[in-house]
Amino acid sequence: MTGVQDAIHIHVNGQARTWRSGATVADLLQDLDIQTERVAVELNLEILDRAVFGQRRLENGDRVEILGFIGGGTSTNA
Amino acid sequence: MTNDRLVIAGREFKSRLWVGTGKYKDFVETQKAIEASGADVVTVAVRRVNITDRSKDNLLDYIDPKKYTILPNTAGCYTVEDAVRYSRLARAAGVSDLVKLEVLGDERTLFPDTAGLIEAAKILIQEGFIVLPYTNDDPIVAKKLVDIGCPAVMPLAAPIGSGLGIRNPYNLKIIMETVKVPIIVDAGVGTASDAALAMEYGADAVLMNTAIAGAQDPLAMAEAMKYAVHAGRLAYKAGRIPRKLYATASSPIEGML
Repeated sequence: MTGVQDAIHIHVNGQARTWRSGATVADLLQDLDIQTERVAVELNLEILDRAVFGQRRLENGDRVEILGFIGGGTSTNA
Repeated sequence: MTNDRLVIAGREFKSRLWVGTGKYKDFVETQKAIEASGADVVTVAVRRVNITDRSKDNLLDYIDPKKYTILPNTAGCYTVEDAVRYSRLARAAGVSDLVKLEVLGDERTLFPDTAGLIEAAKILIQEGFIVLPYTNDDPIVAKKLVDIGCPAVMPLAAPIGSGLGIRNPYNLKIIMETVKVPIIVDAGVGTASDAALAMEYGADAVLMNTAIAGAQDPLAMAEAMKYAVHAGRLAYKAGRIPRKLYATASSPIEGML
């Protein structure tokens, strides 16, 4: 992450984060050490095609949700 | 019985026991239990990835999607909107178009909201999903789900995690008679005999999670369930004898002194 003036404020999975401006969704995933082939990404409620991860740049105020698979059967109440 | 394969929407499945992946001690136990069960379909839930602690293992490191059909569910969804959203996310996460659709009506019973279920199923089928709906043991709802394009229906035996076994065998039998798609009895199984009974009634498969994961020895129960489902299926295909009130001797009288 570079200088403060280059920073953007985003929410990732509900957590407030400061990120470098100009970063793409793919950059974010890479920085978070998340394998792209196993997750779905929702940007401001829009589900992104994996093919555009490298093109979509994050902007100030963006809300990013990164989801993957966890153990579950029929509805778990947890 | 070697060719007795379950086929849903053109996909062939080897096992008639499907298992969930929740509530296990750890991923190693999950993996071992699934292996012991012989299941080739495993259900998973869609949740936020842990972004603060990346050291945590990933479920799919233990359950190879090449070896198992991964069936994402919409567990925890109480509205049509949420169920549709989670289904789309599951597809985007890249496994397949399959979804085990749950729209729940109530937190205490986890019974399906069948009106919401039909509505969500319609939307998803329109979008090309293969929708396997978790539904109540209601023959009319089951028929409606098939009419809108569900290639199988998954009626419950009893409330999720309750272990009560089949609460309404007569309704399940009516569903099996009136609906011409595979029936997968989902939820409420407590022990091996429950699973065997479901199969003897004519279910095409049984899906369970808690009965195995919550057993004192999950691996042993997984194996028990494998045999129960297999035995129940064989018995169903073999055709049981009718029940009679009085005895019928099985040894001949002829040749007696």
